[in-house]
Amino acid sequence: HKEITPPKEGEGVTINFVTREGDKKTIVANVGDSIMDITQAHDIDLECACEGSLACSTCHVIVEPKYYEKLDEPTDEENDMLDLAFGLTETSRLGCQIVMRKDLDGITVTIPSATRNVKLEGR
Amino acid sequence: MPFSSNSNFERYDSKLSPFRLAVIGSGPAGFYTAYRVLKDHPSTLVDMYESLPIPFGLVRYGVAPDHPEVKNVQHRFDEVGQDSRYTFIGNVKYGEDLTITDLKSQYDAIVFSYGASQERSLGIKNEDEPIRNIFSARAFVGWYNGLPQYRDLEPDLTCTDTAVVIGHGNVALDVGRILLTDVMELSKTDITEYALEKLGKSKIRKVIIVGRRGPLQVSFTAKELREMMNLPNTKFHTDFEFIKNELSANVDFISKNRPLKRLMQILEKGRSNTIGDKSWSLKFLRSPDEFLAHDDNDPIRPKYVRAIKFHINKLEGPPEKRVAVPTGKMEELESGLVLKSVGYKSVPIKGLPFDEKKGLVPNYKGKILDNDNNEQPGLYVAGWLKRGPQGVIATTMYDAFETAEAIVSDIKQNKPMLSFQTTKKGSDAIIPILHQRGVRTISYDDWKKIEEKENEAGRVKNKPREKFGRIEDVLFTLDTLK
Ligand SMILES: Cc1cc2nc3c(=O)[nH]c(=O)nc-3n(C[C@H](O)[C@H](O)[C@H](O)COP(=O)(O)OP(=O)(O)OC[C@H]3O[C@@H](n4cnc5c(N)ncnc54)[C@H](O)[C@@H]3O)c2cc1C
Ligand code: FES
Repeated sequence: HKEITPPKEGEGVTINFVTREGDKKTIVANVGDSIMDITQAHDIDLECACEGSLACSTCHVIVEPKYYEKLDEPTDEENDMLDLAFGLTETSRLGCQIVMRKDLDGITVTIPSATRNVKLEGR
Repeated sequence: MPFSSNSNFERYDSKLSPFRLAVIGSGPAGFYTAYRVLKDHPSTLVDMYESLPIPFGLVRYGVAPDHPEVKNVQHRFDEVGQDSRYTFIGNVKYGEDLTITDLKSQYDAIVFSYGASQERSLGIKNEDEPIRNIFSARAFVGWYNGLPQYRDLEPDLTCTDTAVVIGHGNVALDVGRILLTDVMELSKTDITEYALEKLGKSKIRKVIIVGRRGPLQVSFTAKELREMMNLPNTKFHTDFEFIKNELSANVDFISKNRPLKRLMQILEKGRSNTIGDKSWSLKFLRSPDEFLAHDDNDPIRPKYVRAIKFHINKLEGPPEKRVAVPTGKMEELESGLVLKSVGYKSVPIKGLPFDEKKGLVPNYKGKILDNDNNEQPGLYVAGWLKRGPQGVIATTMYDAFETAEAIVSDIKQNKPMLSFQTTKKGSDAIIPILHQRGVRTISYDDWKKIEEKENEAGRVKNKPREKFGRIEDVLFTLDTLK
C-alpha cells in the first residue's frame, strides 16, 4: 500500500476514528489520502481485503451525517459492495473510496464491529 | 451454566506456556480467525491443517478467475503465513489422517473451518444416473480453477450451443459468465490452461439460467448481475412482463430492502445494447423434474444429456416467504450441457456435533455446542461450517472475527480448554505422528516454492499464475527442488 508522508505544518486535515474497540483516535492526514491509506499508515484496524479495488466491502465505515452530505455520491460499483456490508446504515461508505479534502476537515468515521452494538445484516 | 464449577477440564495459564491453537481448513475463515487471535492474544501458536497441499480454500478454488481483485485478500493471509507463530501443515485430511484424539492432548483449542466440501443435490428422478455432460457447478468451477479433484472432469463444450445452469445464485452467474466470456479476456487471468483450451473451442452461444421461483427470490448480487448485463456481444432475454408484475405487486416489500431494490432496478432495466451472436437468459418458475438423454447407442452422443424436463411453477405466499407450487404443466428445454448450481454443503466429521438440517456445526458465536446446548470446552467453528454455505468473504471475515473474539475472551476468563496435559507441543508432536502414518506434510515454505513456480509459469504466458492441477505434480516439483 501507499506510503504516507506526514502533512506539513498547517496543511493537514483532521480525521477522527471510532475504532472497532470503541476508542476515539484523531489523526492529521494529507489532502488526497484515502481512509484506507490513513488507517493502514496509522495501524487502525480496518480490513481492506481487496486493497481498494471495490471488490469486498470490508472497508465499510459509518460517516457522521454532517460530513456524509459533503461527499460525492457513491458510484454504482461502490453501492453494489455497500449492499453486502455488515450493518449497513444510511451514512455508510467504503473507506477506500473516501479521499480527504479540505472541506472534510474534522470528519468522524466509525468502524463497525461485529460484536459492538451493530446490527448484523449479512446475507 | 455450561459447566459445573468442579469441571475437570484444564484451565489455561498464559504465564506458563503459549496458547496452542489448531485450525482445520485454510480458507478465509481459518486465516481470519488465526489473524485475529494472533493479534489479540500474541502469545498464541497457531497450527493450520489443510487437506490440500495448497492454502486459501475457495479464494483460490472458488472465486472466478476474472475477479483477481477479490484474491488480493491472499496478501493478508500470506502475512499470517509468514508469522513465526504460525505453522501450515498441508496435505493432511482431518478425519482421515488426523483425529480429534490426536489433537486433544496437544492443543488448548481447535477451530474447525473446513468449509463446505460437497454440493447439494436436486433430489430429482434420474440425477444419479450416468448421463454425460451434467455437472455440479462446484465441479465445473473446480475444473477451471485447478482444483485437483476435478482435473479430469472433461466437460464437452463442442457438442451443443446451449448450456442450462440450474440455480439463481452468484455461482450460477459465475459459470454462465465464464462460458460466455471471450477467451482472449480469460487468457489474461489465472484460469487453468487446460480449461482455457477447451473454452477456446467451445460452441456454447446460449446460456439459460433457471430458477424455481421469481425475481425477488434470486440470491445473486448486484455486481455479478451488472457484469452479465455488460457482457460484450451478448443479448439478454427474460420475461420482462412477469418481472414487472412481480415488482409492482411487491412495491412495499422491495422499498424496505435496499440491496433488493437496487438489484431489481438492474434487472428491470435489462441491457441497453441488444446486439450480439451470444445470449443469456434468466428463466423463472421452473423446477427440474428429469434429465433426458440421447440413447445408449446414439451414433454421435451416446448417453449425453439432450434436454431437461421442468415443472412450471406459480408463486404463493407473502413476499418474504414465497413458495414455488407446481401448476401441473411441464416444459422441456433442449440443452447439451447442464450445470447444477443449487448450493454447497458441509459434511459432518466424527467427534463433532452437527446439525444435519441446517448443515452446520451448532455454536454460539463460534463456540461449539453439543446437542443439549452445552459449550464444548476448547472447540470453536468459523466460516461456512459455522453459518452455512452462503455469504461473501467479508461475511466470512466478520464471523471469523467473532469466533476469534470468543476464543480470546474465553482465554481471558480462564474458561476450561481442551485437555489436562500441561506440556502441549502442537504440531511438533503431531507432524512426526503424521509422518509415521505415511502422510507427506507440506509446509508454508513448500507452498511459497510452489507459488514461485506457478508465478514463473504464469509470466511466460502473461497471466498472474499457472496453477498446478495435480497433487502429484506439486509433490514431484517439491521433490526435485530438494
Ligand atoms: C464458486 C464460488 C465463488 C465465490 N466468489 C466469491 C467472490 O467473488 N467474492 C467473495 O467475496 N466471495 C466469494 N465466494 C464466497 C467465499 O469463497 C466464501 O465466503 C469463503 O471462501 C468461505 O470461507 P471458509 O473458510 O468457510 O471455506 P473455504 O474457503 O471452503 O475453506 C475451507 C478449507 O478447508 C479445507 N478442508 C476441507 N475439508 C478438510 C478436512 N477434512 N481437513 C482439512 N482441511 C479441509 C478445504 O480444502 C479449504 O481449503 C465464492 C464462493 C464460491 C463457492
Ligand atoms: S478495500 Fe475492498 S472495497 Fe474497499
